[in-house]
Amino acid sequence: MKKIFYIPVFIMLLLSWGCNDDEFLNRPPTNILTEEQVWGDEGQVLSLLGNLYNRYVDLGNFRDFERPGLDNLTGWTRVADFNEAFWSESGRYKEFQNSGWDFNTWSIWDYGYIREMNLFIQKCEAAEKLSPAVKERYLAEARFLRASYYFELVKRMGGVPLILEPMTYDFSGDPTYLQHARAKESEIYDFVIKEADEIKAKLPANAAEKSRVTQAAVLAMQARAALYAGSLAKYGANTPSVSLPGGEVGIPATLATGYYTKALNAAKEIISGSVGAYSLYNKKPDLSENFASIFYDKANNPEVIFADDYKLQSGKVHYFTGSNQPRYGAEEEEGGRINPSLNFVEAFEKLDNTFARIPTTNAAGAPLYYASQTDIFEGRDARLGGTVMLPGTTFKGRTVDIWAGFQLANGSIVSGDDRGAQKTLPGKTVPEQVVGFDGPIDGFEFTAQTGFYLRKYLDPVVGSGQRGVNSEVWFIRYRYAEVLLNAAEAAFELGQTAVAAGYMNQVRARAGLAKPLIAGEITFDRIAHERRVELAFEGHYHFDIQRWRIAHIIMDGNAISAADLSKDLGKATKRNTQPWALWSYKVYEPGSPNNGKWIYKPVKLSRVTGADRFQLGNYYSLITDEVINNNPKIIRNPNH
Amino acid sequence: MKIRFHFIPFLAMLVLLASCGKDNFTEPKSTLSGQIVYQGEPIGVEYNQVRLQLWQPGFGKLAAIDAQVDQDGSYSALLFNGKYKMVVPKGRGPFKTLEKDAAAKDTLFVTLEGNQELDFEVMPYYMIRTPQFAGAENKVTATLKLEKIITGTDAKAIERVSLFINKTEFVSRATNVGVTDIAGADIKNLNAVAIETEIPALVPTQKYVFARVGVKIKDVEDMIFSPVQKVEF
Repeated sequence: MKKIFYIPVFIMLLLSWGCNDDEFLNRPPTNILTEEQVWGDEGQVLSLLGNLYNRYVDLGNFRDFERPGLDNLTGWTRVADFNEAFWSESGRYKEFQNSGWDFNTWSIWDYGYIREMNLFIQKCEAAEKLSPAVKERYLAEARFLRASYYFELVKRMGGVPLILEPMTYDFSGDPTYLQHARAKESEIYDFVIKEADEIKAKLPANAAEKSRVTQAAVLAMQARAALYAGSLAKYGANTPSVSLPGGEVGIPATLATGYYTKALNAAKEIISGSVGAYSLYNKKPDLSENFASIFYDKANNPEVIFADDYKLQSGKVHYFTGSNQPRYGAEEEEGGRINPSLNFVEAFEKLDNTFARIPTTNAAGAPLYYASQTDIFEGRDARLGGTVMLPGTTFKGRTVDIWAGFQLANGSIVSGDDRGAQKTLPGKTVPEQVVGFDGPIDGFEFTAQTGFYLRKYLDPVVGSGQRGVNSEVWFIRYRYAEVLLNAAEAAFELGQTAVAAGYMNQVRARAGLAKPLIAGEITFDRIAHERRVELAFEGHYHFDIQRWRIAHIIMDGNAISAADLSKDLGKATKRNTQPWALWSYKVYEPGSPNNGKWIYKPVKLSRVTGADRFQLGNYYSLITDEVINNNPKIIRNPNH
Repeated sequence: MKIRFHFIPFLAMLVLLASCGKDNFTEPKSTLSGQIVYQGEPIGVEYNQVRLQLWQPGFGKLAAIDAQVDQDGSYSALLFNGKYKMVVPKGRGPFKTLEKDAAAKDTLFVTLEGNQELDFEVMPYYMIRTPQFAGAENKVTATLKLEKIITGTDAKAIERVSLFINKTEFVSRATNVGVTDIAGADIKNLNAVAIETEIPALVPTQKYVFARVGVKIKDVEDMIFSPVQKVEF
């Protein structure tokens, strides 16, 4: 026993004798970089900046989005909210069974992020070893990110404390000097607009640069922010109770013209081409395919101005395609979560610029028979096929198998309750498939319960639907079409309807709407409609209906009846409280000319029982009690 | 030896159970209840839409205790004895809160010692007077008078009057089987408002519905409602 004890002691003694203690204790750490090391090296500073870029908050999101102090926001749900789609996942049916949203559903309040951006700016300014040109660009980028976050804050929370320096607690026991009151809502917008003016010249004008900020990205942000501020000023008057006497929420109507002018000018600067050659994406002859390609074509895409980029095998990938691809035959037997609703599909115009419901029956109420499944969607805005996967179309070379069953001559329906279920039709002896492999089956998750799947942002690359591979499709934050629509809206609000028509017609021509709108046809409804269909599932819809103050009219808590569906098409305030479905049936009437043809029926899914109501308190999100306790200068948002 | 080990978890559970009584607080026992009233008359609202907030200062960080207001304007909260401040969040409810004085504003100060009933006096924009419901073949008719309570600069117009019917006694904008709206502009005489709603086919069949009339006031989110009434047809 004793011998065994002595051996390690001896070895330890030997080792300690061989050490130079001073040197041992003064070795630089291998896992931490010191301030000097970081700020003396351009690459290190860029990686710091990369961290700040990664925390950018978007309108919508592919990935789950963490909110310090609050529950995570689930990524893909935010892009398909507000009954533009039904979520075919049993855990989320409850979203269609309640009647609204909590006041904190969209809250963000990450002052930790702001502090880190402020620290970055402070330290970058003090750094001496960076070359002046590089330093200037880094500083401008950090300021852009800070302004972007304040823009995101003001959209959701109203005016917030405007903190532009890293604050430090002095441990005196009295934190009052750290407590700042909320700025006015208009002041935050002014800040965003002013920052954009100041940093623009310090950034490169390079249309090939998509994931780092460029001059065009700054201008696009400025145009969007000014437009938002302008519409809040103008339409805020419609909801006088959504305001605070101190201006923390609510912008005076007199400021509207100024903001709209600013928005128009910023957008015009991008359109003029002086900050890089951007244009609408127009590479493919099939207009629907062309529209879908905008979102996944990452090679020389002239439309994308600023994007959240992803890269395969780099760790930064997302599973949006896996979550939403047509499930049948998919790489992972998974998907189908976002089912665009019939309400949304019906919003797309016909090619002659008129609105019409999807024609399922004739005027007398008799069903219309279609030879091919896609015929019913013929002659519509090409963006429909580019945004929504219609039954009978293909994805990754495979036809989407969406049909609800056979309709017999006596009107009865033969269908199954499993994907691709088989039954024997009357007069036959062999069972055959009576429902599509992609559904729709009511209440059966991951099938196309509304009769549609989402196409926008789905990655057609092989492997993109695999859990191990995922997708590198980017999330586009600013694109040229939005800039055009922003310009059109600003011009319209300033009374320049001819200018507005010019911008809008460019976007519409790409969608196959060859007949241009004339100045007199530009109305608020037109503007709202164009944004809804062009920018669908990109997160814009939420903030658009919010800033126009029409969300509480669109979602008034009343259920939608079949008659409501076809009413008021093309009207911005059309009720949209529940998602509806459109199911196709194959006609089985041997001997009849209709045998084998298709009929369509609008359906209200049994899982949709609630009707959404957007409360006035939803216009601005909840500032939590925790925040108000820590800073009594913060006042609550109206209606909370 | 083997048997003895079996005792250990039981012993541990026994110790745990025995200690339960020791480290728990007593539950709150006092009920604060009442109604939202105007001159003693309860104000009907939509359920789970209007809430009262109770604040209890003196315990560090503050968070409101929400008391939801029921359809008939009643509320109740199970609380510890102590001092509370009661307030309606700004902008909620189809009424204006009364300001007592500049210091207290519209806050009601409550000292709770045992069960207590306390009505919350407010100033509604309108009151629904003498609502009468009648059932007929496949329809419900209602007649009522509307009294404008707040006049002058704070007065607000009526946006619409609606008759809601439902199979259960929860009748609101979100839960109903039938609704008819009359736009405020179409109401010529506030003292004689008549409104009619068709009853759809009810599954399972029942020979009664619950009805109530709601008034939406312009720029006010919450509606004021008449009491719910069972109507046979």
